[in-house]
Amino acid sequence: MSDKVGIVIVSHSPDVARGAADMVRQMVGNEVPLGFCGGNPEGGLGTSVEKIMKAIEEAWSERGVAILVDLGGAETNSEMAIEMLPPDRQGKVVICNAPIVEGAVMAATEAWGGATLEDVRRTAEELSPQ
Amino acid sequence: MTHDVGLHARPSVKLTKLAKGYASEIEIAAAPEGPWIDAKSIVKVMALKAKRDTIMHVRARGADACSAVTALLALIEHDFDDDHANAVAG
Repeated sequence: MSDKVGIVIVSHSPDVARGAADMVRQMVGNEVPLGFCGGNPEGGLGTSVEKIMKAIEEAWSERGVAILVDLGGAETNSEMAIEMLPPDRQGKVVICNAPIVEGAVMAATEAWGGATLEDVRRTAEELSPQ
Repeated sequence: MTHDVGLHARPSVKLTKLAKGYASEIEIAAAPEGPWIDAKSIVKVMALKAKRDTIMHVRARGADACSAVTALLALIEHDFDDDHANAVAG
């Protein structure tokens, strides 16, 4: 079990999700638990609650998980995925209001240093327009 | 700083990760009069956008301040070299 907050990347595009995850891996490293998903179950652009839940599982840490999303459905489906988690996990997952690629790298850098879930989210959200 | 692209994304992450390994407060600046920014804040370090040939300034306060400054300067001087960064950051 990792002592670092996990990061989940949820994009409408599997390529964007994989690319953002690659940037986190190469720039920050493998020490931060990471999950990513993109695309609907039919293989097109979109997001799926099931895939998001699987990505959360992959990135799971008792310290919590921060989710980065791109557009509308990615956020609402991520909210649904969180609601479907076991009750003891629901409070440990947050969605960051931040750009998906930049936010993922910033959040992962903060997580790497052992920051709390709240600090990881705050760091990602520092990027957002004020 | 002699790194080709300056303090851009990848070097910023390395510098921040290295800084986080020390207990001291560490600040960096692109000019001696500042502004001084927290070297452990990835967002602030990246926002500095320091370019190649910038003279970087590093200061620290705390028990491991000396080794922190030495390590950060070495990272900058060595163009944010991968192996070096890993060796220092452990």
